[in-house]
Amino acid sequence: MTNIKTNHCKLTIIGTGMAGMAAACFASQNKIDTIQIGVNSGIIYSSGFFDLMGIHPIDTQLSWNNPWQAIDQLVTDNPKHPYARLRKTEIETAMTQFLDFMKAAERPYMFNKNQNTEVITPVGTVKRTYAVPRSMWAGAVALKERHSCLIVDFVGLKAFSAKQIADMLMPRWPKIRPLRISFPSVGASSDLYPEQMARSLEVEENRIKLADAIRPHLADAKSLGLPAILGIYKPRQVRNHLEELLGIDIFEIPTIPPSVPGIRLKEALEGFLAGKGVRLIPQKRVLFAERQNNGKFALSIGDQGSNKTEQKIETDGVILAGGRFLGMGLYAGRKKIREPLFNLPVFQPEDRALWHQTDFFDPKGHQISQAGLEIDDSFRPTDLAGQPVYENLFAAGSILAHQDWMRQKCGAGLCIATAYKAVEAFKKTL
Amino acid sequence: MNSYRGSSLKKKLKTQVLIIGGGATGTGVARDLSLRGVKCILVEKKDINAGASGANHGLLHSGARYVSNDPESAKECRDENRLLKQLAPDCIEETGGMFVAVEGDDEKFIADFQSHCDKAGIPCCPMDIAEAKEAEPALSDKTIAAYAVEDASVDPFKLVLENITDAQKLGCKFLRHSKVVRFNKQGNNIESVDLVNKTTGNELSIEADIVVNATGAWAGQVAALAGADIDLIYSKGTLLITHSRVTQRVVNRLRPPGDADILVPGGTVSILGTTSLRMDSLDKIRPTVAEVDRIVDEGATMMPGLETTRYIRAYSGVRPLLGGGGKGDDRSVTRGFDLVDHARDGIENFITITGGKLTTFRLMAEKTSDLVCRRIGVSAPCQTRRVPLISAHETRWAVPGFSPKNWFKGHDKDDLLLCECEMVPQSAIEEIVDYFDIFDQQADLKGIGKRSRIGKGSCQGNFCSLRIAAFLYDRDLLSADQGASEIHSFINERWKGQRCLLWDTPVVQAELQEAMHCGFFGLELTQ
Repeated sequence: MTNIKTNHCKLTIIGTGMAGMAAACFASQNKIDTIQIGVNSGIIYSSGFFDLMGIHPIDTQLSWNNPWQAIDQLVTDNPKHPYARLRKTEIETAMTQFLDFMKAAERPYMFNKNQNTEVITPVGTVKRTYAVPRSMWAGAVALKERHSCLIVDFVGLKAFSAKQIADMLMPRWPKIRPLRISFPSVGASSDLYPEQMARSLEVEENRIKLADAIRPHLADAKSLGLPAILGIYKPRQVRNHLEELLGIDIFEIPTIPPSVPGIRLKEALEGFLAGKGVRLIPQKRVLFAERQNNGKFALSIGDQGSNKTEQKIETDGVILAGGRFLGMGLYAGRKKIREPLFNLPVFQPEDRALWHQTDFFDPKGHQISQAGLEIDDSFRPTDLAGQPVYENLFAAGSILAHQDWMRQKCGAGLCIATAYKAVEAFKKTL
Repeated sequence: MNSYRGSSLKKKLKTQVLIIGGGATGTGVARDLSLRGVKCILVEKKDINAGASGANHGLLHSGARYVSNDPESAKECRDENRLLKQLAPDCIEETGGMFVAVEGDDEKFIADFQSHCDKAGIPCCPMDIAEAKEAEPALSDKTIAAYAVEDASVDPFKLVLENITDAQKLGCKFLRHSKVVRFNKQGNNIESVDLVNKTTGNELSIEADIVVNATGAWAGQVAALAGADIDLIYSKGTLLITHSRVTQRVVNRLRPPGDADILVPGGTVSILGTTSLRMDSLDKIRPTVAEVDRIVDEGATMMPGLETTRYIRAYSGVRPLLGGGGKGDDRSVTRGFDLVDHARDGIENFITITGGKLTTFRLMAEKTSDLVCRRIGVSAPCQTRRVPLISAHETRWAVPGFSPKNWFKGHDKDDLLLCECEMVPQSAIEEIVDYFDIFDQQADLKGIGKRSRIGKGSCQGNFCSLRIAAFLYDRDLLSADQGASEIHSFINERWKGQRCLLWDTPVVQAELQEAMHCGFFGLELTQ
């Protein structure tokens, strides 16, 4: 009971998903003494693509080539969208800085200035996104040029069919060709997992075997697409070596989550942040939050699913970046959606009957996807009168109301830009 | 574009009996006739159990539910209950049942129950309240009366799969996704029936000596297409499946039929229902949030734990009730069945069987087949009273728990689990799709779902739909952009049952599913 350790810091970021990671990056950039806390980072579910803004309005499914023009239209039509609380230059700065962090973390991204890029998904659909991991870029180029391309999959790797991808894309890309081979270094099980394949390709010998297995089938292919298995820690070396061995451009197609690009993103950001002095308390969650008389927050920390306080944090400010339901930033009960830590008001449909559409794929999206915290221009959650609940409590990412990142295709951009702004606003309280 | 669409090879088939409708009755007729050596084809516009046969409690009635208002139905239930326990033990769990009343329930109804049962000849045995509570600890502390009856639970999917599989082995043809579009008549006879395959668009014409309309709630629509008349009332019922089994026995509320008055256990789950809502149309039959809340609240008065238990699926069916009613509760309309010889409408070779209930499906099939045989001059007697319904090898993947057991017993080294929640391997999918193909090289996720446990685990199809679609492409059973629409329709089928139950953990699953299928794949944009 005695001796519960108390950690002191300026800023605590609750959440280790995309928004939490981005907030931690911006905080470290500003040399703010920061603790980050969260369970099971949602970032491993990431495809690796960074969406900025793709579809608006969602019900007509209008797809935009220029994400900035899409944002202009969006904030005109929906002034409550979190993007509407940012100047476009702020969103640009946030994206540029974050992509610089990714470069510094040795996971560089590629993009066309002011333009969305079309990429291939594992079900063979084409998705518009903004920034693309370097390892996937040649795929975007190949798709655009429609040049002769070989897509390879592996016996035993589930939910990734080169034939499916080729079949789906054939009408627009007649020169795409599928090939199935055996992965050259399988273990005892016939079931292959991308992470295990990626680790095995960090060994040079396995890359040579893989190249030997593919080489006879290249024919006139100008590029080669593989599931995202090209290394976890050294993706650049793995890909460069294979390109050298085969003399052809190689690109990855993300697999279904949790995928190697998601794991890479998590590892890279965690390493980067550790190097910048951000203190991460992994696999723990904030059990209770309390505002002290001195205006600081006291946070009780413990295990998921337990109520036992193991340590405490005393912090000048908090950024809530716990996402919606998957990240546990919000909780949906049978009658109501709640914000569990500070009991903040949650914008939500009046009745559970309105939460979800009868058609899962309804173009209108689900009303529950607009639920979340309402904020002021400083990204502080507000009460029913529109006033900030606490002047030192901020929120960022998908916990925010009035956005449907899944349908609008703005997930990464939303997280990065709102995290940037929340950190900027916090800075002003110092 | 789907490359196979629009190929207009019109196939022609000939048979003695054409049966329309792949529910319990239609497949029951198919087996009955096949056992008598009669050639038949069964056509179904969707797949097995698409209507009420797949959307009920899975209750094998003791008959006690009907003693007060429909003693004839009660007796039929009692007799069929005993017969099916003998003949189809693999489809039935002999759970036993109870009728219980709680404080506030109608005392006269309670007082009369035993004598009604006695009069109808339905076994019923009063239980001490303490004894009842000990037997079923989930019962409310406010329980004031309890009786033991001979209810049991029956797996309607297994039952129907066994019936149709047995019929197929005896030579019956089964065509899924085949919708009747036209009856071609010559004088007072139907000469042939035109059908369209709803997946491929292919057309088909079947010549039959006699046509049986066993389409349940759709019997009126199908009869009308033939120029005949069937008057039905549509009564929608919604049910909930609990995450784990709540009671050992079937528990009925001892009161006049009302909402959420029965809880039926089956395997590892329990099914709570139902509601009764008059519908004007058969479109858009799906559960609503209001119905779900009503069932949970009402069920909790009988068993308080039902308030907090986790529910995994909600579904709705339409009871085809015989017309002529119009007042009061549809539950008071007879649950008897109606066998109509449309000679009365001037069509000599057309029969409709509708109404009834799952418990009496065999009897309905027997009576229908008797009439069919009389009309086509077949004298062979009914066999389904004595030939047991043995579990076929082909139906085993649909049985809960079979797949994991089989996997752990040993499997081919190259086999892969495509559904990880319910542990359904690639080899099972291969076997199931082999069974599908009659004319068209096609496989559908929903059809695989009817014959296996895919999509029924905690991911509700989020992941297995993707693994199986990829596998079907690899086997050339999907091509072009069919995968996108297959994933769509499979996910939406699961969604129908989840949508009203999305709070707590399921809402997290739903968010992940949308993040993947919409956020990542953009499948909402491919419709």
